[in-house]
Amino acid sequence: MAEELINSFLGGPDENGRFGIYGGRFVSETLMPLILELEAEYEKARHDPAFWAEMDDLWKHYVGRPSPLYFAERMTERLGGAKIYLKRDELNHTGAHKINNVLGQILLARRMGKKRIIAETGAGQHGVATATVCARFGLECVVYMGATDVARQAPNVFRMRLLGAEVVPVTSGRGTLKDAMNDALRDWVTNVETTFYCIGTVAGPHPYPAMVRDFQSIIGKEAREQILAAEGRLPDVLVAAIGGGSNAMGLFHPFLDDKEVRIIGVEAGGKGVDERMQHCASLTGGRPGVLHGNRTYLLQDADGQILEGHSISAGLDYPGIGPEHAWLHDTGRAEYVAITDEEALAAFRFSCETEGIIPALEPSHALAHVMKIAPEMTRDDIIVMNMCGRGDKDIFTVARALGVEIDTGG
Amino acid sequence: MQTVRETRIDRTFARLREAGRKAFVAYVMAGDPDYDTALEIVRGLPAAGVDVIELGFPFTDPMADGPTIQLAGQRALAAGQTLARTLEMVRDFRAGDDGTPIVLMGYYNPIYIYGVERFLADARAAGVDGLIVVDLPPEEDAELCLPALGAGLNFIRLATPTTDDARLPRVLQNTSGFVYYVSITGITGAGAASADQVAPEVARIKKRTELPVCVGFGIRTAEDAEAIARVADGAVVGSAIVSRIGAGERPEAVLDFVRSLAEGVHRA
Repeated sequence: MAEELINSFLGGPDENGRFGIYGGRFVSETLMPLILELEAEYEKARHDPAFWAEMDDLWKHYVGRPSPLYFAERMTERLGGAKIYLKRDELNHTGAHKINNVLGQILLARRMGKKRIIAETGAGQHGVATATVCARFGLECVVYMGATDVARQAPNVFRMRLLGAEVVPVTSGRGTLKDAMNDALRDWVTNVETTFYCIGTVAGPHPYPAMVRDFQSIIGKEAREQILAAEGRLPDVLVAAIGGGSNAMGLFHPFLDDKEVRIIGVEAGGKGVDERMQHCASLTGGRPGVLHGNRTYLLQDADGQILEGHSISAGLDYPGIGPEHAWLHDTGRAEYVAITDEEALAAFRFSCETEGIIPALEPSHALAHVMKIAPEMTRDDIIVMNMCGRGDKDIFTVARALGVEIDTGG
Repeated sequence: MQTVRETRIDRTFARLREAGRKAFVAYVMAGDPDYDTALEIVRGLPAAGVDVIELGFPFTDPMADGPTIQLAGQRALAAGQTLARTLEMVRDFRAGDDGTPIVLMGYYNPIYIYGVERFLADARAAGVDGLIVVDLPPEEDAELCLPALGAGLNFIRLATPTTDDARLPRVLQNTSGFVYYVSITGITGAGAASADQVAPEVARIKKRTELPVCVGFGIRTAEDAEAIARVADGAVVGSAIVSRIGAGERPEAVLDFVRSLAEGVHRA
């Protein structure tokens, strides 16, 4: 499928939940009726102005939207090329873009009469956002988190528990994000009548990839208006980091039919995208397969067994990617590149030093790519990058990587 | 829909129906704890009274399975099991048994990566009779179900407590061989199947299909198996057998347990 044959990139998914060959509904029969019910309920909500009015109100007064689009003057000067704008989604309540989506799903769960919410989390950002909104609405919240991540992300585990959530350390498989998702799915299959599964990224069975994208698209809609107000034109390049790909999809989607806007997704290259598989770059280093309810690019071996990735950023540490990204990749509408741990760390420091913004390690990957391309562009060019999370949660990881010991009094 | 030719599954259920007997379906994981031990167990199943063998093929991310089957899959993968080796195991079994039906059970990705057409040809040539693929609901029939029927294999669908009457026809539409009723909403090895709850569900399904209905999930003992088999055409036991393999029991001890389950089913 060549890019010029497609009239619009905004039409997906089709009625079977497919973006090209990607997406779908690869779930067990027990879940299928609920998936269909969820799809119907979401369709109703999506066309209900009252649903969006409630979202807008919470986005504004609870999350703090719209997030600013900030001209990063010192970064721009230092890199000596394109103008760099940062979409400041790290300023949201709970410190990342994750809450944009969680609010939508929890309002939907309320409409469906579900009182128990489950979620998976890797670094803990989606878990914290889910625990937060559940506390806000008085809902029971259970968060599945890989045992390895529970140990690594103690502050976020404590936050979730403060917010009243039950955090379940997952020891099945190898105790990472994908295993947390497996256990969340197992919980869902067991408690399907009472429970709503709040997925944190643009992956999973249809309608999740489309629904999460729609909730995250507030990022791109705002950015579009803001850049038009600031510069009177659209940006030349959009850049965002990709684990599952929800912040990127949210920024990209409203620009997909603006053919003049170049779109770049940045995957976690870990220790380098090569045969050692010490990375999480599903598009750059994986191939299509079926996992967690959808067909998409996956890190896997010759027998179709899923491989563990590696990234310094726990939020990018997932062997798959949202199916819409897989499709945008194959059609050529978006480009996907990989950034190593080392490059991301350098970008992390660059952001602290030039702009006084401590970024999360996820957007540090996006920034590292901005640092590569901005100097090659002219001073009239414009880059918009999604600063999708703040780095408070990552200071221990960064300190460790820089060989600094932080005394936490413990 | 292309009609599947008569398989060993069809013949086995026809024979059982004539004899007024219920089917005992036993699940083990291919390659667990290693290839040779698993093959020895599988070869012993028919003599232990197993009517249909469900042979699991391992996947790293078995999202509908409880800890027992998860660990079995991990042991098998650690011992080098692949989908190709699972087909090899079926060939090895078939060298000494051409009558007992074998159903492969697992998840779609290993088959997708093997290549659907090539897999179906190799599976049929190896002596596989049917497939149960947990993450392929009727909505995804074009992926594997329809090609499998075309290749002469049964595609055995799971019906569950959440499959309501409106949806049931769709679930039954391309199902062949038998219908696998999942007795609980949950994962393998969890909960307890109750014959009282299962009986009306089996009746509900049988109103809409001529196919035999076997019941699985939550059956652990010979008594459970007997009670369930009384209200269905057969009973499936998996985790209870696999947990003994996981505990390191010798094949003959595992097969003794299987025999006791089979006797329970055949008393029904």
